[in-house]
Amino acid sequence: MSESTTHVTIASARSESAAVLLRELVAHFRQSRTELREEWAQRITHFRLLTAMSREELFAEATSVYDNYVEALETGTLESLQTYARNMSERIIPRGVQTDEVVGLVLLLRDVLARSLFARYRTDTNKLTRILDAYEPAANRIAITVAVGFVQERERTIREQQEAIRELSTPVLQVRERLLILPMIGVIDPQRARQLTEQLLRGIRRQRARVVVIDITGVAEMDSNVANHLVLTVEASRLLGAKVIVTGLSPEIAQTLVNIGVDLTKMNTVGDLQGGIEEAERVLGYKVIPIAKGGEAA
Amino acid sequence: MAVPILKQGDYLIASVQSALTDADLTELRSGLVEKVGRFRSRGVIVDVTAMDVMDSFASRTLQDIANMVRLRGASTVVVGIQPEVALTMVQLGLTLEDVATALDLEEALELLGRSRKEGEEEASDSRS
Repeated sequence: MSESTTHVTIASARSESAAVLLRELVAHFRQSRTELREEWAQRITHFRLLTAMSREELFAEATSVYDNYVEALETGTLESLQTYARNMSERIIPRGVQTDEVVGLVLLLRDVLARSLFARYRTDTNKLTRILDAYEPAANRIAITVAVGFVQERERTIREQQEAIRELSTPVLQVRERLLILPMIGVIDPQRARQLTEQLLRGIRRQRARVVVIDITGVAEMDSNVANHLVLTVEASRLLGAKVIVTGLSPEIAQTLVNIGVDLTKMNTVGDLQGGIEEAERVLGYKVIPIAKGGEAA
Repeated sequence: MAVPILKQGDYLIASVQSALTDADLTELRSGLVEKVGRFRSRGVIVDVTAMDVMDSFASRTLQDIANMVRLRGASTVVVGIQPEVALTMVQLGLTLEDVATALDLEEALELLGRSRKEGEEEASDSRS
């Protein structure tokens, strides 16, 4: 009991002195802001970080990171830094800045500041130790906050893009009465493939389709999973009473499919989308006739 | 619950109203095969719109009906398979091969009429 009480007192005494020390630190960092920032910027250039940005942009960004960093040290709260890190990430992610660059950037600043502390308190080892005791945990917390902020922002961007792709790339379109087309675009993962099939089957029912043209011109790669799923889709559509025509198989995909031995005997394939639609029209009994030239049309 | 089999012109229509037991399915099968001969029907339509589940026995029976009816000189169309049911069926490998399918009753009647006309045309072609 008494032990824990003393422990608490020591801890609070320590944290109190840590607060004092941090204040001293912040004053020091504010005072030598210009030199330290300059040195940091040089180091950033030296290690070729943030090469996607121009020197001026880099310097401006570095300045605000520096100020926010010092402010976080001063207040001890990470919220404003967190917001700043998120905003910065939002700005620099589209420029192709990588995670290691951002983490490297913050760690460099940490080191530059630590070195300046060394230089300043070199003569008083005792004080230096205490100063570093106060500085290091705070600095590490800041580094973690910035890195996490960046990664979270990046994940958010990726998630949003994935959702956008997902929504964009599975349209079931009606071209004519009873004729649907389904252009497949991009990478087909199992989840998307399933969603695609469900959407198509529902579309067949809703729009009373008799023929469906699945165009896979936009599918870059096809493995056995996707191919088998395609066969599945064709068969399920047939159970609903719709005939499926697959178009746009590239030479590479054709070779892959034959090589991996997918059974495609049940699939009707036509070279391109135009041919597929023409074939579908034939099945439906449509005939497209060009309007005669001259007076006959009028 | 037994499935009513209706005669409509040249066709027989069996409309499934609820979930079927295996016995119901067998009864449906023998009923259809027998009536195809009795009514001299040209086509059989089995409407499964009301079926939420299609197990292996059910799809096997549908397949059997189609094969048996063909042997009796008529064609079979299965109509109204629900999207979810279709997906489950193909995932289980129950693809009803060689069984004609259509979206609904109307489509099926049109399909049967079409194939019949084609048959007649072929017949008249070979005669001439």
